[in-house]
Amino acid sequence: MESAAAEPSRSRPEEGEEEGEADGAAPGSGPPPAEQPPAPAAATMEDCLAKKIEITVSEAEKRTGRNAVNMQETYTAYLIETRAIESQNEGQCSPVDSLWRRYSEFELLRNYLLVTYPHIVVPPLPEKRADFVWHKLSADNMDPDFVERRRIGLENFLLRVASHPVLCQDNIFYSFLTQEGGWKEMVNETGFQLKADSRLKALNATFRVKNPDKRFTELKHYSDELQSIISHLLRVRARVADRLYGVYKVHGNYGRVFSEWSAIEKEMGDGLQSAGHHMDVGCIVTRYAASIDDILEEEEHYADQLKEYLFYAEALRAVCRKHELMQYDLEMAAQDLTSKKQQCEELATGTVRTFSLKGMTSKLFGQETPEQREAKIKVLEEQIQEGEEQLKSKNLEGRDFVKSAWADIERFKEQKNRDLKEALISYAVMQISMCKKGIQVWTNAKECFSKM
Amino acid sequence: MEAEGRVPGPPLHPPPAAAAAAGGGAEPEPPAGAAGAARAPPPAAAAVLEFDDDEDDLEVFSKDASLAEANSFSPSMPTSPSSMINQYKFEDEPELRDLFITVDDPESHITAIETFITYRVVTKTSRSEFDSSEYEVRRRYQDFLWLKSKLEEAHPTLIIPPLPEKFIMKGMVERFSDEFIETRRKALHKFLNRIADHPTLTFNEDFKIFLTAQAWELSSHKKQGPGLLSRMGQTVRAVASSVRGGVKNRPEMFTEMNDYMETFSQKINVLDKIAHRIYKEEREYFNEMKEYGPIHTLWSASEEDIADSLKGVASCIDKCCKATEKRMAGLSENLLPIIHEYVLYSEILMGVLKRRDQIQGELNSKVDALANKKAEKDLITEEIGKLEDKVECANNALKADWDRWKQNMQYDMRSAFTNVADNNLRYYEECLATWESFLTSQTADLHLEEVSEDRP
Repeated sequence: MESAAAEPSRSRPEEGEEEGEADGAAPGSGPPPAEQPPAPAAATMEDCLAKKIEITVSEAEKRTGRNAVNMQETYTAYLIETRAIESQNEGQCSPVDSLWRRYSEFELLRNYLLVTYPHIVVPPLPEKRADFVWHKLSADNMDPDFVERRRIGLENFLLRVASHPVLCQDNIFYSFLTQEGGWKEMVNETGFQLKADSRLKALNATFRVKNPDKRFTELKHYSDELQSIISHLLRVRARVADRLYGVYKVHGNYGRVFSEWSAIEKEMGDGLQSAGHHMDVGCIVTRYAASIDDILEEEEHYADQLKEYLFYAEALRAVCRKHELMQYDLEMAAQDLTSKKQQCEELATGTVRTFSLKGMTSKLFGQETPEQREAKIKVLEEQIQEGEEQLKSKNLEGRDFVKSAWADIERFKEQKNRDLKEALISYAVMQISMCKKGIQVWTNAKECFSKM
Repeated sequence: MEAEGRVPGPPLHPPPAAAAAAGGGAEPEPPAGAAGAARAPPPAAAAVLEFDDDEDDLEVFSKDASLAEANSFSPSMPTSPSSMINQYKFEDEPELRDLFITVDDPESHITAIETFITYRVVTKTSRSEFDSSEYEVRRRYQDFLWLKSKLEEAHPTLIIPPLPEKFIMKGMVERFSDEFIETRRKALHKFLNRIADHPTLTFNEDFKIFLTAQAWELSSHKKQGPGLLSRMGQTVRAVASSVRGGVKNRPEMFTEMNDYMETFSQKINVLDKIAHRIYKEEREYFNEMKEYGPIHTLWSASEEDIADSLKGVASCIDKCCKATEKRMAGLSENLLPIIHEYVLYSEILMGVLKRRDQIQGELNSKVDALANKKAEKDLITEEIGKLEDKVECANNALKADWDRWKQNMQYDMRSAFTNVADNNLRYYEECLATWESFLTSQTADLHLEEVSEDRP
């Protein structure tokens, strides 16, 4: 029952949400069949999973357990809830399915997607460890604020995958959302780890490829720039936030000294601190100082939006790397074919055009027999034929890859532009709200001062 | 915007008659018509307060180039705006102000022994006691110190305005840096004007000499008079009396004042620290903000669709950055100097209270002497009589000056903090405007995009 050991569980027939229903699959269904029918075209936006089921990561819980080497560890588990959308329209409340997953399982899912869909810009996960912290946030993974922001990031990840026309159809993804037990085994059974390209191989290809598609080279540069710019921006933003925090908080110190001062000033008392009047300076500055907490909390969400695209840069580079790898592979195969053809020709015509050890040894130790030569030629001719077929299919693969990758990249670009523009607008909205609050505070303060 | 509106504001110079009457008999020549109320009556809360020129007025006017040109002297230096205020007020209430002083034009002097700065002091007056109506002299810091000590000598229980400190320890301001000199100049200007506004001190003879004498005249005048030793004597006695733990027979009112001043002194020092801390934080915020905007511009270079949005954000951040700078400047030009002055004032007031106690102490010891000595009773009684007068004058002088000081303090504090509020309001309003216009431009674009998508 090796089933789909080497095949990706690609197409998931679209329809209802019940587990295990495989429409149009081979008869005698049980374990997934060895051969899947050819994947249907990518789903349209309307068919995307995200439109059919509501996905939320609603809770986070600290757990302790034993890890692979039987040591006790503490980790956080996240509750994934799914609920069908359609029935809601009919006024029925469909049941909520839920299961718990931990971060490492999300990572496993993502790695699977990366390997299985190398032409897709796979949405990134929220950061593993807290980065770009400013002093108020701790770098502790167990910190509740960090956990909360991660929860939101994980939900965002699932929504991104669920609304991706290709990824949303993946079986493993669906099972991740719905099948609590045995999911890990299922993923591992796909054998995707074997398909993963070695980092070394990829690096080698990047250096040695001769004719990559120019668009991918440009895209790589762009993603490098994007990554460097966004990380710079996030660092400075964190510092600015820190300083702004300082400014607001120091104002809080006014509160106490004003109230103590007003105690000795009978005349000024009313302005500094009116007995029974809640709008006194001390109260105002205290609230002003406290308001920065909410303001910066909101800004963290903005920072998270930028961070997502910081991590997306890596996903872009992964696609570029895959292209370079395939292209390099192609170039190597072509080179190999050419040299074999040459060898064949030399053997056939007896001319030695290139220096070879074989040639020298045969000169020294005597020529081969005609039979030996015939045999060699035959082998080479077979290899050449094989090679030409391989080259053809590799070429085709390469072109398909470029085409589908570029389609996804265009989709990604539009998504990025939309999202970032929205993020910038929301940043402006936040600033406006902060200014309005400031105006309110200082108008009140001014009124109090005028009564001093 | 608001600051400008405040300048020709309500606070008026109180009728000199009323305020000067508090000076009492021992003080030199109160102006005619001194009879009347013992203290300046406050008709309306703000209206009667002594109008010290506010520092922000200085700034407001000096930024207004048109007004600077209109002024006849020193076109290159930021024109002494208080002269313009004084002119304004002169037109408004001609009978109130008759002495106008400005301090400007710092100049460096290098001799073999030392380097020092002199300031130009210009006086314009209509008073008959002055031979001329306009004087221009140069004075150095030492001269101001001399004047202050002479005033303290002559009026031990009056509140002499603070002088800027000799050195500034905190803050790495070099002794002769432009910033230091400018801060000092403003403080010296304020010092002289406060004296001019004081109902009693304004008629002090040494003050007149300070304003009018040429350099050599001043030097020779300085050499006369009791000098350093007697001042030290006073201080020693003052310290001695305080060591005994407060003087006997001190009127309740002055104990209250003492208690008040102790608390006030504490509070004003804390305020001073807070204000400086806020300034420091704002400056550091400003420094980080300077870097923040340009990153967005840099980013826009790699983008197409969102390049405009990014540039827009960059420009907003830069504008807010400039607004922050203005806010900081407001703090350092207004609140910080005023709080600092009152820190100095709190020390001065403690000193005044001690000196009063010391005068009281003289009386007390004479009274004790009377009780002990049988002979010389008449002499001692006569001396006691004089001392009782002295104590009564000192008390009255202090009381009146205290009331005056308190009113001014409240006014100064109120205007300083109101100014802070105004600065912050201006800051937030500027930032609000810039972000709102960015938002409008962005959402207008979106709307356009939607419209063009709908079209076939």
